[in-house]
Amino acid sequence: MSTTAASTKPVDPSVKVVTDATCTFCGCVCDDIDISVKDNHIIEAKRACVMGKAWFLNHHADDRPSCLIEGKPASVAEGVERAARILTEARYPIIYGLSDTTSEAQRVAVHIGDLIAGTVDTTTSVCHGPSGMAFQSAGEVTCTLGEIANRGDLIIFWGGNPAENHPRHFTKYSLMPKGMFLPNGRKDRTAVAIDVRNTKTAKAMDLFFQVKPRSDFECLWTLRALAKGIDLDPAVVKKDTGIELARWQDLMARMKACKFGVILFGMGLTMTRGKHLNSEALLSLARDMNAFTRFVVKPMRGHGNVTGADNVVTWSTGYPFGVNMSRGYPRFNPGEYTTSDTLARNEADAAMIIASDPMANFSQPARERLASIPYIALDPKDTPTTRAATVAFTTATYGINTAGTVYRMDDVPIFLRPAFESPHPSDFDVLTAIKHRVMELTNQQ
Amino acid sequence: MAETFILVPGRTSKQGCGVSEGKFTDGYQKEISSLQVADEDMKRYGLVNGDKVRITTESGRQVDLAVITAPAKELPSGMLFLAYGDLSSILMDGDTHGTGMPTSKGMDVTMEKL
Repeated sequence: MSTTAASTKPVDPSVKVVTDATCTFCGCVCDDIDISVKDNHIIEAKRACVMGKAWFLNHHADDRPSCLIEGKPASVAEGVERAARILTEARYPIIYGLSDTTSEAQRVAVHIGDLIAGTVDTTTSVCHGPSGMAFQSAGEVTCTLGEIANRGDLIIFWGGNPAENHPRHFTKYSLMPKGMFLPNGRKDRTAVAIDVRNTKTAKAMDLFFQVKPRSDFECLWTLRALAKGIDLDPAVVKKDTGIELARWQDLMARMKACKFGVILFGMGLTMTRGKHLNSEALLSLARDMNAFTRFVVKPMRGHGNVTGADNVVTWSTGYPFGVNMSRGYPRFNPGEYTTSDTLARNEADAAMIIASDPMANFSQPARERLASIPYIALDPKDTPTTRAATVAFTTATYGINTAGTVYRMDDVPIFLRPAFESPHPSDFDVLTAIKHRVMELTNQQ
Repeated sequence: MAETFILVPGRTSKQGCGVSEGKFTDGYQKEISSLQVADEDMKRYGLVNGDKVRITTESGRQVDLAVITAPAKELPSGMLFLAYGDLSSILMDGDTHGTGMPTSKGMDVTMEKL
């Protein structure tokens, strides 16, 4: 990773090439992409995966207005004024999203939340939020993706499908790399998938456990029992997990025998019944395994800077998501201050949605509430959320138009190398302007 | 006939690309409104690709979707898959059971051929 300014190697006078640009579509945050730009369009993205190419090739400077108020074009200054008034006049304002913007912008958003005594929540709450709860009870035996690439000789993917959702994870980090202690790359690793679906990921593995749906908790406790040498009834294990006890025993023998075991888990655990208890069981299993060998566990993160959102909200407030500041100090309570809940229970009476699309992916009760209250949306794209917003800002795309910091899924910060300027303001610029106006309206410094 | 299935919404590469290409494009809309059904369930229901079914959750939420056969035997019989999006979200209840996360995978639903 380099943090120096973007280097350019002109191929011809009309094409600018930015080397080692960073893709911010998913949590892999690949920072080895060479992008070619012509007339404010990215025409090539070398080494990007299929989703990375879609990300780079479909973000160009479009001619939508930078601000719409109630669907009508307005100046950014007018939008800032309306936004500040919406936030300061509300009784229960919420700020939500933040997973697809820079950490610099995330920091300003948290500050606004503090100024308006509001609630700050991120898309983590509908992603790995339950894992965030489990981290607090079980801890996280963690590592960087570089350590996995260089050391991981047993890789277990649990409840996730990186072959579809993180296409370069296998080749850059988890399966294929020839590492410092794995000179033969894939041949030196044993790869295992545990999932309810026989996905593309499962088909790339050495071992696949197609478990009974909604049995992750039982599967994990089966492994925890085997780690402790506890005898289990084969019939009960088969009935509860859908897998023969002998196969679990074989897996546990491999887990104890490996030199550097890795569990990478997806939302198959956090979105299914059990949620944080599933994550807690997995984190505990990884912790248990350190009595025998080195073992680590990492969540597979989706959005480009959702990990940054966790980091920024945590170092700003002490909690990772779902933080309420109405009493002048931060309080954390998932289920109470998380956005799905504050909307579905008709509590929030104004909102600012930053770089996310709850009108497309929240539950119907939550969407109905959001549609009924005044809210502000910041997004580079035209989405269901921007279309229904009271104030909608079209903003520059992070990583393509703006510099800044993002955190890879293993909490490693990476600096962005923008490709070309956008006619639209950045999230950071809009949020900073809103913050200053909120400070004026509330007589705060 | 309306049997009970387990519905697992999730991400796909096409859905992920569609987020960048535009959520109002035909490709994205088609991806998020195509219900994957196991081959044996397709045959038992007498379904062919493009047929419409009605999905109903335990709490009564309903959507109508076009079916496609799940690729490469990804699904066991009794399980359905739908790419994340507007229609999968309609099926989610608002309750998060104190976690902030609505139950959005592993939902019991019934499937009825239209």
